[in-house]
Amino acid sequence: MVTQETIDAERARLGLDRPLGVQFADWMVGLVTLDLGKSMWTDRPVTEEIGLRLELTMQVAIMATIFAVLIAIPLGTISALFKDTWVDYAVRLITIAGLAVPSFWLGMIIILALLYWFNWLPPITYTPIYVDPVANISQLIWPALAVGYRYSAVVARMVRSSIVEVMKEDYIRTARAKGVFEKLVVARHAMRNALLPAITVIGLEFAFLIGGLVVTEQVFNLNGLGKLFVQAVSRNDFTLIQAIVMLIAVVFIVTNLIVDLLYALFDPRIRLGGK
Amino acid sequence: MAGAVSQPNVTYAAPKRRSALAMFCLAQPLGAVSGVAILIMLFGGVFADFVAPYDPLTIDFGAMLAPPSWEHWMGTDAFGRDIFSRVIYGARTALTIGFFASLFGCVSGAMIGVASAYFGGRVDMVVQRFIDVMLSFPIIVLALVVVAMLGRNLLGGIDINLVFAIAIPIVPKVARVVRSAALSIREMPYIDAARAAGFGHMRIILRHMVPNVAAPFLIMFTAFIAQAILLEASLSFLGLGVTEPTPAWGLMLSGNASDFYREAPWMILFPGLAISVAVFAFNLFGDSLRDWLDPKFKV
Repeated sequence: MVTQETIDAERARLGLDRPLGVQFADWMVGLVTLDLGKSMWTDRPVTEEIGLRLELTMQVAIMATIFAVLIAIPLGTISALFKDTWVDYAVRLITIAGLAVPSFWLGMIIILALLYWFNWLPPITYTPIYVDPVANISQLIWPALAVGYRYSAVVARMVRSSIVEVMKEDYIRTARAKGVFEKLVVARHAMRNALLPAITVIGLEFAFLIGGLVVTEQVFNLNGLGKLFVQAVSRNDFTLIQAIVMLIAVVFIVTNLIVDLLYALFDPRIRLGGK
Repeated sequence: MAGAVSQPNVTYAAPKRRSALAMFCLAQPLGAVSGVAILIMLFGGVFADFVAPYDPLTIDFGAMLAPPSWEHWMGTDAFGRDIFSRVIYGARTALTIGFFASLFGCVSGAMIGVASAYFGGRVDMVVQRFIDVMLSFPIIVLALVVVAMLGRNLLGGIDINLVFAIAIPIVPKVARVVRSAALSIREMPYIDAARAAGFGHMRIILRHMVPNVAAPFLIMFTAFIAQAILLEASLSFLGLGVTEPTPAWGLMLSGNASDFYREAPWMILFPGLAISVAVFAFNLFGDSLRDWLDPKFKV
């Protein structure tokens, strides 16, 4: 049996006996100095625990983004240009399905398919990209696909609706009237304007990918940030939970900032607007 | 009606009166199909005791990991439990949690949104910044944090805290949308009239503003049932949602299933399909509802 003294001693050791305000102030000071305390479970510094796993998760997130952008932009554009034809319906069905299929289940299906057709299973141990790029990518591409499907579905829907909107604009009619090839109308006049809202969605979803990976890493047995988070939650490891939540918020803010800067890069109206 | 007018030879026949339901089915065939799918799930969930061929909890080691057959349509799991029956009972779990989480999330979100728009000024500022903070987290992260903070609290077989955990990420999203709808309603003359008549804040909000945001509310309520089902499945999959032996789709994909699914793919195939179909149906139904209600209720 655990005695009350043991519990009290442990609370004192973890600093949980101090008033909430003091704990919060302590944490805020730690945040500024990047000292987020020690994990309540493993007793190792939180920053170290996160640092070990951040690389893997970021790589999967970036790969998923590349995949999603490569799929979503052509798919959304085709869907918009062939609006209300069977092509459009097919694409819309695929994208709505993308919002419905849970990424962890898709991951399991991918593993099954790999096993069935190639008799191959993704390795259990993680190989960093600078050790063996081929082994690394052949391992991480599958979870990237599993989360990338939903991602690309969200982006493709956005691309479709914004191109449909843009194609109604006067400058598209002007471009056509002056005899610009239809391909150029789409590529130069429509796409540049339609991609702005798409960039916002890509950025938002990228920031949220860290969350999506929480479940998918479990399926592929990847020791990433998501798995760490789930472990922290099931172990009530609050210092670790706080740190990861803070990190996710920081990723979100930084991504938003980058999106805003990209806006200025892509849209001269925004870049020159202030002058 | 439009057809009758465009043909010059036809005398003006009295427009056929159709029920709202028939109109919806005609205008939104996909919505009607998804509506039927939802009704089937609802029927299966409510009458699971009569529909399911087996008890979802009965362990039968004689039929462990049996592939789909006439006795077990979707095969059995590692404990010999009938997967078809567990999928049907899983619908009950998913729909109950999905419904209550979405209801709670949408009602509180709508209340906050309407109140924030109605009071405006400093109140609105503070509430909206708080919502900004909540919106900057992926819903599953927010739900996991709530799970970590609240722990478990079973009430009538359903984990109330799980419902809260799923509902809380819904609140800011609904609040944001409802607020923007309510902002334009606030400027309506009838709100001024109500204020001039000396009605209290509560009465104006509840009787005059809330009914006017009913359309976006209904659409979001349907769509967020889909989100809630998906989130419940994810949490259960992680072992932080519904717990064994309660049949839940997400739970059926974890635990034993993750050890055996390579040998017995039916263990994960059908529960995963059930999640996908349920989320797909509610999403599509919400979309159709929006397309159908939007022209009427454009704010």
